[in-house]
Amino acid sequence: MHDSAETRSWTAVCALDDIVPDTGVCALVDDAQVAVFRVGERDLYAIANVDPGAGAAVLARGLVGSLGERIVVASPITKQHFDLRTGECLEAPQHSVRVWQASLRDDGQVLVGTVPR
Amino acid sequence: MKLVVIGNGMVGHKLLEELMAANHADLEITVLCEEPRPAYDRVHLSEFFNGKSAEQLSLAAPGFFEQPGLELRLNARAVGIDRARKQVLTAAGETLRYDKLVLATGSTPFVPTIPGNDRPACLVYRAIEDLEAMTDWGTRSKIGVVVGGGLLGLECAKALRDMGLQTHVVEFAPRLMAVQMDDGGGRMLQRKIEELGLTVHTQKSTLAIVDGEAARHRMQFADGSHLDTDMIVFSAGIRPRDELARQSELGVGERGGIRIDNFCRTRDRDVYAIGECALWGGKLYGLVAPGYEMARIVAAHLGALLQRTQAAPLPEFAGADMSTKLKLLGVDVASIGDAHGATPGSRTYQFSDERRQVYKKLVVSGDGKQLLGGVLVGDAAEYGTLLQMMLNGIALPEAPEFLILPSADGHARPGLGVDALPASAQICSCNNVSKGQLCEAVSAGARSIGALKTATKAGTSCGGCVPLATQIMKAEMKRQGLAVNNHLCEHFACSRQELYHLVRVERIRRFDELLARHGKGLGCDICKPAVASILASCWNEFVLQKEHASLQDSNDYFLANIQKDGTYSVVPRMAGGEVTPDGLIAVGQIARKYGLYTKITGGQRVDMFGARLEQLPSIWEELIAAGFESGHAYGKSVRTVKSCVGSTWCRYGVQDAVGTAIDLENRYKGLRSPHKLKFAVSGCTRECAEAQGKDVGVIATEKGWNLYVCGNGGMKPRHAELLAGDLDTPTLIAYIDRFLMFYIRTADRLQRTSVWRDNLEGGLEYLKDVIVRDSLGLAAELEAQMRLVVDTYECEWKKAVSDPQTRRRFRHFVNSDAADGNVAFVAERGQIRPATMEEKRDRSRRIPATVEAP
Ligand SMILES: Cc1cc2nc3c(=O)[nH]c(=O)nc-3n(C[C@H](O)[C@H](O)[C@H](O)COP(=O)(O)OP(=O)(O)OC[C@H]3O[C@@H](n4cnc5c(N)ncnc54)[C@H](O)[C@@H]3O)c2cc1C
Ligand code: SF4
Ligand code: SF4
Repeated sequence: MHDSAETRSWTAVCALDDIVPDTGVCALVDDAQVAVFRVGERDLYAIANVDPGAGAAVLARGLVGSLGERIVVASPITKQHFDLRTGECLEAPQHSVRVWQASLRDDGQVLVGTVPR
Repeated sequence: MKLVVIGNGMVGHKLLEELMAANHADLEITVLCEEPRPAYDRVHLSEFFNGKSAEQLSLAAPGFFEQPGLELRLNARAVGIDRARKQVLTAAGETLRYDKLVLATGSTPFVPTIPGNDRPACLVYRAIEDLEAMTDWGTRSKIGVVVGGGLLGLECAKALRDMGLQTHVVEFAPRLMAVQMDDGGGRMLQRKIEELGLTVHTQKSTLAIVDGEAARHRMQFADGSHLDTDMIVFSAGIRPRDELARQSELGVGERGGIRIDNFCRTRDRDVYAIGECALWGGKLYGLVAPGYEMARIVAAHLGALLQRTQAAPLPEFAGADMSTKLKLLGVDVASIGDAHGATPGSRTYQFSDERRQVYKKLVVSGDGKQLLGGVLVGDAAEYGTLLQMMLNGIALPEAPEFLILPSADGHARPGLGVDALPASAQICSCNNVSKGQLCEAVSAGARSIGALKTATKAGTSCGGCVPLATQIMKAEMKRQGLAVNNHLCEHFACSRQELYHLVRVERIRRFDELLARHGKGLGCDICKPAVASILASCWNEFVLQKEHASLQDSNDYFLANIQKDGTYSVVPRMAGGEVTPDGLIAVGQIARKYGLYTKITGGQRVDMFGARLEQLPSIWEELIAAGFESGHAYGKSVRTVKSCVGSTWCRYGVQDAVGTAIDLENRYKGLRSPHKLKFAVSGCTRECAEAQGKDVGVIATEKGWNLYVCGNGGMKPRHAELLAGDLDTPTLIAYIDRFLMFYIRTADRLQRTSVWRDNLEGGLEYLKDVIVRDSLGLAAELEAQMRLVVDTYECEWKKAVSDPQTRRRFRHFVNSDAADGNVAFVAERGQIRPATMEEKRDRSRRIPATVEAP
């Protein structure tokens, strides 16, 4: 999906301070479970929360880190790693997950980009 | 073929193992065993005094004697051989026909012909029954004498001393261990042993044993002096049991022993003799390794006869090296080859350090090129290297003295590199493993000493070759270009142990700091929890503190165990498995209210499954109100201390097992470690709490507690080993403090104590040195560190529910109070279980996950 910035709408999910640095939270965005991660002070990433390998909605609770150049989260159940920028599952590409845009608004709110219906 | 084997000792049993492993079709074996039990490990016999049972010493694998074609007769003594009729006569009057016969009758202790040597409490030291008699008389004695200051005599003296007797060693020769030691070594050994509180009398010849005045007996010596004692153990050498051979004229040596050829055959081609009863080349071998070699040779010989193949050249016995290394009363002693310098023209180098009480001697050939022998007392670290140099004829360096001289920085020189050894060099003599085999195992994937032991059996019997085997493994890995890499992960180029050290020395309290100074990248799911655990065991700060929060894996972050469907299990602590009826009712009510599945765990407590993230704080609030604390089932930390009811209720119990279990669990609860830790306490030797399958096992004795460590159940069971016996409670706790902290300091990430122990160079003895004898001088520091952890303990859940900041974390959605729609349960046996993928699609069967109104 190549949405241009104009056609995208944004949902504010929480304040930046609601996310402890280097951890994630899960947000409900248009009925979808989205795992939103804060890496360092203000880098934000959003991927699907369900780990397809486990069938459980847990990726937001995984440990965040890096493998080589990639920034990843490790599923707390299957221990598989997901690239936060691309959603790719490193160990099992067939388990790769969807990605959302995430950004920080001037008032400190975390935004997740959604495609308007 | 009908084979009769007389004697089921160590060597006879080795023969059976070899034969059975070869799966011969046409072989019927009958074994006559005079003792009431099948073969046991005589080499480790003294461990019987440390609480090892006869079963634990057994060499017969479970089911071994149930194999077809093998018949064992216990309490069956052979009393005659009729070679003409090819029959063996037993004491019960039976005759057994044989095609081939093997004598593996071992030897008997030699008791000097002294009048009075048959008085009560005059014993020998050879079989389990002898040890039982020693224990029995020991309880009724104050003073004990061992006659004979050889290898066995000193081991026996240690046993007497450990029983609390005032112990004397009486030796006829002018020094201890006369066979293996020279004068210098014998003198140093004597000094060390006397410092341990034993009295050594050399050059004493006993004339008679009569009634004593101060004690049960009096020993009268040829020099006119005497010694009063309550019990006497004779350990003055052994004599081969060759009476059957004498009677059937098989040919025995002048000083005894059944004469054999290189295939271990006697004068009669159908009769073999192996082990300590056999005389080869005019020599008797009183050690187990040459006996095993003979067993392998006879097995190969019989195998060739059975297969009727003209096999490749059959192995022949070619003598054996009698070098030995052992620890006597905590003193390292080794004797190699020609220890006395008896070879004509040989030269010697000696080094002696009176302060450290170390004595070393090398015997080299006249041309200075070959090592012929040596003696090491007080420090035998070079034994492995020197032995290999001698056995393989490796050329000596220019100045051989440097092999035994300490180098300037106080460490002994490492000796020649293992690369110099030929592939055929035998590294483990107990199990006949060569350097080549070790290298092959490394190529096949064994990359730790534990894996190497499993793959090759090297170092699994006496353990003496472990340091050398480790060196060979490392050298081989290097040679194959395998980095000897124990780096934690790509972010830290060092091991867990090194990180631990850095954290302590540089007093680092945060992951960021450690990463900035010693790592790279952002960290990952391997190094973050490992560092979190190190920080927790060093400084014991609240694990959910903001700085540490992002390091914890989900279980530690939410203080609960994540299950396959993303729900959590909740385990309140029930120390020692003790819980009041009210406590149980409260747990039941909470489980019912939240609709949780309940199960009793193997660690004697209740596990509640199916809690959703957002329910955890309220569940815990209620548990805490009912008096419960976190059970730390989620952490790499102390889990449970299982216990039996002990002396409080059980009619066999000798100590308060539950009370001690509760004290231990409360002491170590919350301690973070490289992996989980399980304990158990049993109230007597019946061991109902299965303490020997735990990381720390405590078993009550009449006098106190026996402490076992490094056991494991689970995937790879391992029997725990006795670290120390008959401890009073404060000493027990001090030793456990030291043991746990030493493990936490030195183990690898996710390494259970069992694997850690298998990889520990120096093995159990080293562990005893560090923990019991405090050889590293670390005891006080380890105990202080544990005290800090104990003193700063807080229940993490109590803290979490009372901290609004932490509590906010327990929501599934950051922007909604809805529950995770992905979680679904179905009913099974009256409780919930997670729905399968198919069941989730079929919504009708689901159980709504709601909270029942109280
Ligand atoms: C306390 C102790 C410590 C030792 N420590 C070490 C050590 O550290 N290193 C080392 O290498 N060696 C050590 N040894 C020596 C080692 O145990 C022996 O070399 C080994 O056991 C010899 O094995 P074997 O089978 O020849 O004899 P044994 O193990 O003695 O077995 C002989 C068996 O034959 C039985 N038997 C004899 N006659 C008859 C008969 N007529 N009918 C039926 N059965 C019969 C005996 O009852 C006995 O069970 C130690 C020995 C002792 C006692
Ligand atoms: S171990 Fe001993 S004290 Fe404990 S229950 Fe069993 S028999 Fe009783
Ligand atoms: S044995 Fe296996 S299945 Fe059973 S609890 Fe342990 S890890 Fe899970």
